[in-house]
Amino acid sequence: WGFLAVRINICIELNVVNLLLLQATGLGVGIVFSVILFKRRTWPLWFGSGLGLGMGYNNCQHDFRSPYLVHGHIVKVSTERKV
Amino acid sequence: FLKICYVSARIYFFPNFPNENFAHLHHCRHYTAGEPSGAVKVLATSLLAVSGGVGGTVLYAKWDPKFRATVEKNVPYSDQLFSLALGPAAKDANLPIRKQVSALHCDLDYGITFIQLRKICFHTVSHSEASAEATHIISAIGEVPSIPATCDTEATAVSGELTDPNTDIEPLRERPVEEVTARLAQQDQEELDTLASLSTSLDDSLANSAKATLQAIGAQEAALQAIAQHTLRLREAMEAEVSSQEKSAQWKELEEALTHRLSAVDDAGSALQKANESLDSLKAIIERSKGLKVPAARPLILAAEENLHNMAVDLDKAVTQVQTAESEAKIVSQYSELVNEAKQQFQREVTSLTPDIQANWKGLTGKLSADDLNALIAHAHRRIDQLNRELAEQRVREQIHIDAALDQQKLEDQRALEKAVNTSLQHVREEARLEQERKLAELREVMEAEMRTQLRRQAAAHTDHVQDVLKVQEQELKAEAEQVLSSKMLEQETRYRQLGQEQVDNFTLDMNAAYARLKGMEEAIDSHVVAEEEARRAHQLWLSVEALTYSLKSADVDTPTVPLESSAKAVRENCHDDFAVALMSALPEESLQRGVYSEAALRARFNSLRSLARRVALVDESHNSLYQYFLSYVQAALLFERKQEVPPTQLSSDDLDPFKLLSYASYCLEHGDLELAAKLVNQLRGEARRVVEDWLTEARLTLETRQVVGLLSAYANAVGLGTTQAP
Repeated sequence: WGFLAVRINICIELNVVNLLLLQATGLGVGIVFSVILFKRRTWPLWFGSGLGLGMGYNNCQHDFRSPYLVHGHIVKVSTERKV
Repeated sequence: FLKICYVSARIYFFPNFPNENFAHLHHCRHYTAGEPSGAVKVLATSLLAVSGGVGGTVLYAKWDPKFRATVEKNVPYSDQLFSLALGPAAKDANLPIRKQVSALHCDLDYGITFIQLRKICFHTVSHSEASAEATHIISAIGEVPSIPATCDTEATAVSGELTDPNTDIEPLRERPVEEVTARLAQQDQEELDTLASLSTSLDDSLANSAKATLQAIGAQEAALQAIAQHTLRLREAMEAEVSSQEKSAQWKELEEALTHRLSAVDDAGSALQKANESLDSLKAIIERSKGLKVPAARPLILAAEENLHNMAVDLDKAVTQVQTAESEAKIVSQYSELVNEAKQQFQREVTSLTPDIQANWKGLTGKLSADDLNALIAHAHRRIDQLNRELAEQRVREQIHIDAALDQQKLEDQRALEKAVNTSLQHVREEARLEQERKLAELREVMEAEMRTQLRRQAAAHTDHVQDVLKVQEQELKAEAEQVLSSKMLEQETRYRQLGQEQVDNFTLDMNAAYARLKGMEEAIDSHVVAEEEARRAHQLWLSVEALTYSLKSADVDTPTVPLESSAKAVRENCHDDFAVALMSALPEESLQRGVYSEAALRARFNSLRSLARRVALVDESHNSLYQYFLSYVQAALLFERKQEVPPTQLSSDDLDPFKLLSYASYCLEHGDLELAAKLVNQLRGEARRVVEDWLTEARLTLETRQVVGLLSAYANAVGLGTTQAP
């Protein structure tokens, strides 16, 4: 049954969320060295994880919303009027 | 009439006033109570005028029947009013006419024609004098040939003529022919009867009176004779100088004669009386018969009157004769008396002188003495002197006496003359009247004869005319009969032809019928064949549809059925009409290619779907953030609904809640109603809808296929039922 697969995909998307979260956290870690070199602050972690969470949330939401999204097309109005 | 106009004008004008008054009353309230009394006054005057007009109309109608007729014609119920007030108008003028008619008719019988009767009706105003009647008859006869005597009944002519516009008199009521003839016959009969009775009575009385008169005359003559004889005898007795015995015999005879005369005179008187009585009775009868006015009796009456007259005349003659004889006899008797007296006186003188002498002194010549003789002679001389003196005196007085006697005689003669003149005048008058009546009767007879000739002439003309008309009628009838005959012949011919045609038609009909039956039988056989073919095909169709149905059942729990393509193909081969073809084309492609899921599979799937759908209940196009997902998840966890709920017959807005819908749908599914479940699931909106979309399509497929297959099987069943023939 098709939708079941979709649901699983959606769950996987949640894992993606986590990956992003990790990426963000990694960002934070990466910056840690510089920061530690700077001053060893934790705010980049939260910033990064927040960033990552938000991105993951947005992605997941976008995936869930994808059926409902209306795609608009720009219609070029040609100078010549075609009947 | 003017009065009516005036009254109607007043009435027309008067209603305006009360209306105006009432209008004034309505509009102007300050009018005092004088206005209503004014209205009452007006009303009273109008009422008076109306009653005056009606009364005047009635009075005028009473006076003028023409006006009455016009009013009755124009105003509907006025005739009732008039009959109430005045009595019926139409009948009054009829009776006098009829009386006069009957009188005239009595005068003129001999089978009066209706035309004459009518003509006399027209002339009823004049009275029925003989001359007038004659003129009427002549005029009627003169007018007879001009009237078109049609073959139609004369009664209609009479009726037409009777209802001529004689406007003074109301139209006569037409009496039917039979009534008139009956009446006439009756009248004739009556006349004959009266005539007979009259004639008998007249004859009787005539006979009686004749007898009586004859008797009287005989008696009178006898009396006359007796008187004559008596006078003769008397004279003889007076003058004859015969012997005493003879004298006595003579005197006896005289006495006898006298008695005889007296008796004869008495007889004559009585007979005269009887004769007079009978004559009077005869006269009375004659008068009565004259009063009856029966014309046929007229000659009889005339004869009777003549006889009466004659008898009266004879009687009078005889009576006069008797009277003269009597007067003579009186004279003679007077003379005889005188003579007797003288004789007696002489006798007395003689006896006074000579007492011895007997009465019969003539025979005593020898017995008398000289003295006696002398005395006698002296007496005789004395007597002679006396007588001479008396004679002289008488001679002197003679003239006077004679004059007186002459005067007396004259008077008596005058009287007798007058009487005789009167009687003779009466007789003459009577004779003249009788003559007149005789002449009248003659004239009447002449008139009657003339009328009869005219009638005969008219009858001849009538018969000629009738002959002509009969000839014409004969022609007409002949033509008619021929026409009828020809038409009947034609009819018969047509009928014969018709019958022949009918027979031919019947034969052809029978032939056609037989042919048609033959054809029908052939067709029936063919159709049987066709029907059997059809039945076979239907059978095949049914079998294939059954196969299809069976293949539908081959679904497992999770796997769909086998693809229906093959069985559908078989069915498609077997279906031969558009309906089945359309149905076959209506099978969805998916079912053909892939097969359909069974109901059980769908049910199972639904249960798992249900939980999912519950979880995404709040998510739809507008609410589809992750937070909504979270909320709907929480709702699904917290909200409890019945697993299965009976769906209502009509969904209301709060039934569209997904949870409720799902419970309804699961109930339907549990009870096998896939269609309703699909319908209910179709009501889901948003993400839940997306979740169940696949299921819905599958359910739709299944439903479609099942529907088509059901239709097909029903169709096959129907066709099979239609084609199979009951044994």
